[in-house]
Amino acid sequence: MRDWTKFIAGAVAIIAAAVVLTRMVQNEYVFFASYVVLQFVVLATAWNILGGAAGYVNFGSGAFFATGAYTAVALIKAFDAPLVVQLLVAAIVTGALGFLVGALTLRLRGIFFSIATVAVAVICETVVVNWSFVGGSRGIAVLQPPAPALFGSYTRLLFVAMALLAVLAVALARYVQISWIGRGLRAIRDNEEAAESVGVPTMKLKLFAATASGALMGIAGAPFPLYMSFIEPTSAFSLNYAVSALAMPIIGGTASWVGPVIGAVLLGSVQQIVTVTVSSELNVLVVGLLLVTFVVVAPQGILGLVRKLLRRSKGPLPARDKIPLPGRHKAPLPLGEGRVRDNKRQ
Amino acid sequence: MTPLLQVTAVSKRFGGFVALSDVSLDVRRGERLGIIGPNGSGKTTLINCICGALRSDSGSIGFDGSDVTRLPSYKRTRLGMARSFQIPRPFASMTLAENVAVPLEYVRHRGSLHRADIRGEALAILEQMGLGDRADASAGALTQVDLRKLELARALAARPSLLILDEVMAGLSSVEVDEVLGIVLGLNRQGMTVIMIEHIMRAIMRFSERVVCLDAGRIMAEGPPEHIADDPNVRRIYLGA
Repeated sequence: MRDWTKFIAGAVAIIAAAVVLTRMVQNEYVFFASYVVLQFVVLATAWNILGGAAGYVNFGSGAFFATGAYTAVALIKAFDAPLVVQLLVAAIVTGALGFLVGALTLRLRGIFFSIATVAVAVICETVVVNWSFVGGSRGIAVLQPPAPALFGSYTRLLFVAMALLAVLAVALARYVQISWIGRGLRAIRDNEEAAESVGVPTMKLKLFAATASGALMGIAGAPFPLYMSFIEPTSAFSLNYAVSALAMPIIGGTASWVGPVIGAVLLGSVQQIVTVTVSSELNVLVVGLLLVTFVVVAPQGILGLVRKLLRRSKGPLPARDKIPLPGRHKAPLPLGEGRVRDNKRQ
Repeated sequence: MTPLLQVTAVSKRFGGFVALSDVSLDVRRGERLGIIGPNGSGKTTLINCICGALRSDSGSIGFDGSDVTRLPSYKRTRLGMARSFQIPRPFASMTLAENVAVPLEYVRHRGSLHRADIRGEALAILEQMGLGDRADASAGALTQVDLRKLELARALAARPSLLILDEVMAGLSSVEVDEVLGIVLGLNRQGMTVIMIEHIMRAIMRFSERVVCLDAGRIMAEGPPEHIADDPNVRRIYLGA
């Protein structure tokens, strides 16, 4: 339980800091840029629930993100719905999308789910391009409502909201990881048939992960139209989201909820800096190069590198990197090291 | 008393290859059944059909009074079946204790996790299998012998009423074979029904109350071990004599 109180204290501190920042900092760009970084924390964390834990790679994160965004646009146009409603409905819609894609493809092991997610991206973009109610291919302008007095500007409100969403997403990912659900998902990744044989309902767990992951991606995208004040399909369905969503966890390390957070903060910040100092076209290249470098040099991501260095200097692993099993014997267990893809077939 | 396991006219084909044809088999509660047969005779396919890793093409499988023919494998495990795999399939990214914790969490303590001492029970099971000192080692780094013991430990953690062992002793030294046999016999004395596939004749003859010999997907002999060992057909196809 001590771990939980520490985590909740950290979460509250982050949200409080976000609120305080909106009162202290004058420069609007700080919030504009930080929002993007936080949005990537949600997106990367969402991807990792299915991709990192269970080993099913989603190449269509951009589609889930954009579907969340366009759900919000439709709600704004139709009902002038408030932000909270946009977030909730976007989560339901993209969660359902995740469930549907999962139900159709997760029965098959291996790469079928990944292929289907690519198809989903194409389908969703085609639907939006041809749906004139939400602007079609021309895009649509979305007016920010007046900001509440507390925040000063609507971008600042969205920044605080995204900080809250990031904390909630990470809390969910952390719960999934350290609970029996996470152990079941890792069992699926290691060997699906063996997992099933020791009582793990593999299909149900995969569907749960696909739904939760999809819902969080939609939530990351829902405030996007209000944040940009304008949305059009090419930027909403940009390859950048799909690539970043999987590059960030891989660079940070997929073994723990911390990995996607590290990857998103690091890569998101670098992207923002490159956009401002060099060019906005270059930031996708940066992600690509970093991804290739990490896959070759440090396949376990930054977490894996840190762990390796610590082991070299100190010997045993630090307690923080271990997941304890519930029970009276409180000696912590280390996370498994070599993520050996086991022989799935005989 | 009805048998614990009732396999009725089960057939399974892979394309044109008939792996099992019309296999029927009853296993009574508390029995120790050995299954022998040459490579490719359908032993593992039979186990896969019983456990649910494969769906049989026809026939039915009854377990503990209910028809499980269409149940997915995890539900059969929850009803009380557990198995080991011929080629060990550890959860390689986890420690040994975590490997054993999975069935503890998903079968034995499902629904009452908050009260369970998962770590303590996992350690006790590993201890019983002689892996106690390795509890926090990564399962990806084990030797073949320890992997086989881990397979057994993980199967036992589900506390099954029917334990199915698919060549769990392959590659073990004779001392280790005796050790594992001792453990399994002890479990059987406590009431566990055990089906054992094995190529080590010394072990299977000592262990089994009844032996079934499969050949080309059919049961070609069945009876007490001494009887089977003398069966001319078995000697011909299996022992090559």
